[in-house]
Amino acid sequence: MFYYVDVSGATLQPDSFEELAMPLFDQLYNFAHWLTQNREEAEDLVQETYAKALKGFSSFQLGTNFRAWMYRILRNTFLTSRTGLKVTMTVPLDTEEDGTEMAVERDTPETLLFARSNSDLLQSAIDELPVHFREILLLCEVEEMSYQEIAETLSVPIGTVMSRLSRARRTLRGLLRPQLQEGASAAIARETNHGL
Amino acid sequence: MVCESWKAKLDTYLDGEVPEQEMRTFDAHVRNCPSCSADALARVQMKRAIQVAGRRFTPTAEFRKRMQQSIARKPQRSFRMGWLLAAAAAVILVAGTLTTAYLGTRGARDGVFSEIADLHVETLASSSPVDVISTDRHTVKPWFQGKIPFAFNLPELQNSEFSLLGGRMAYLNQTPGAHLIYDVRKHHISVFVFQERSLPAKVNENSLSPKKLPFNLETWSQGGLCYFVIGDASPADIDSLAKLFKAAS
Repeated sequence: MFYYVDVSGATLQPDSFEELAMPLFDQLYNFAHWLTQNREEAEDLVQETYAKALKGFSSFQLGTNFRAWMYRILRNTFLTSRTGLKVTMTVPLDTEEDGTEMAVERDTPETLLFARSNSDLLQSAIDELPVHFREILLLCEVEEMSYQEIAETLSVPIGTVMSRLSRARRTLRGLLRPQLQEGASAAIARETNHGL
Repeated sequence: MVCESWKAKLDTYLDGEVPEQEMRTFDAHVRNCPSCSADALARVQMKRAIQVAGRRFTPTAEFRKRMQQSIARKPQRSFRMGWLLAAAAAVILVAGTLTTAYLGTRGARDGVFSEIADLHVETLASSSPVDVISTDRHTVKPWFQGKIPFAFNLPELQNSEFSLLGGRMAYLNQTPGAHLIYDVRKHHISVFVFQERSLPAKVNENSLSPKKLPFNLETWSQGGLCYFVIGDASPADIDSLAKLFKAAS
């Protein structure tokens, strides 16, 4: 879903900010909570994002993507927050080069296994992802942003979006594999005990 | 590995980010390569699972109210303006409700389209895509009797380029429906028929499919039933098949 501001209007009225920004409230909050992993910090982050966006709304570039603009403010605010600084200091940003990844082996039964049932496992695995992988995966899969939008939001080239997304997916699979194997073993053990 | 180069781009393809020309070549390859189609299915399921798991946190009502108050324009109140403001507030409230309802409906509708695309991809990847194999509509239609809670007509295909491959049961929103598979110049097209009332959102001819859906799709409602025609065939082919169904119903 895109939110473009009408370029025909020379000046933006303050109430049009509310009209544009409030429909994004739920998704921005969800994204903020994933980044901060804490309800109170997520609320502070969203509040600060809206305050900054409202203040800078008059300088918002007409005709550009409003949603990407809001996400960019939220992300930059997060990165300069105490939690954000801690995260970026402990997790080095990836040094990926532009270009596509080589194919990786996929464990089809595993993906099939959790596709329908193991949402908790998946949420824990997403939580464990380094923040730069977590955010790109959520922007692509949950927010359904195009690569162009993600590139605008993260201020990186599209090639970086592609390679980082690929690494994020591979890392997520790597995190899920042992959990799923453990889950499967536990299920087998339960079945065996039940049989005895 | 023969498919190495395809698989390297499979995620980009499923994200709908491959150029249109390449998309068609990809469609053809995925349809004909069991390994890539199985891989595509697994990745689509992974995408859907992340989408569901990723929508995890919702703001509290109190926080929403606080936020709305903080960004709302502060009106300069005067006694004479009281009634006008009250009227404006009522209009905003109605507009807000309508907007929320619209956005909610649109979200549900996109969800339906994604489900339909998944069902179609799942069929492409399946080793037994149809449960009733027949090119004869008089065999396929009766097969659904007693399996789905409604009846529908299948079009006559003589003098058309389409051929019926067969049918299978499909489930959307935990309710059963019919899934028919057609062939046109080696392209598979799925036609889904569900009861309109079983769908979470109203879909009609004006419903636009989501931007990133890697298929052509046409949908309409007729006689309490909702039809979806989806496939990688050209929009003209999808439309022709849709017209045949509309005429038969």
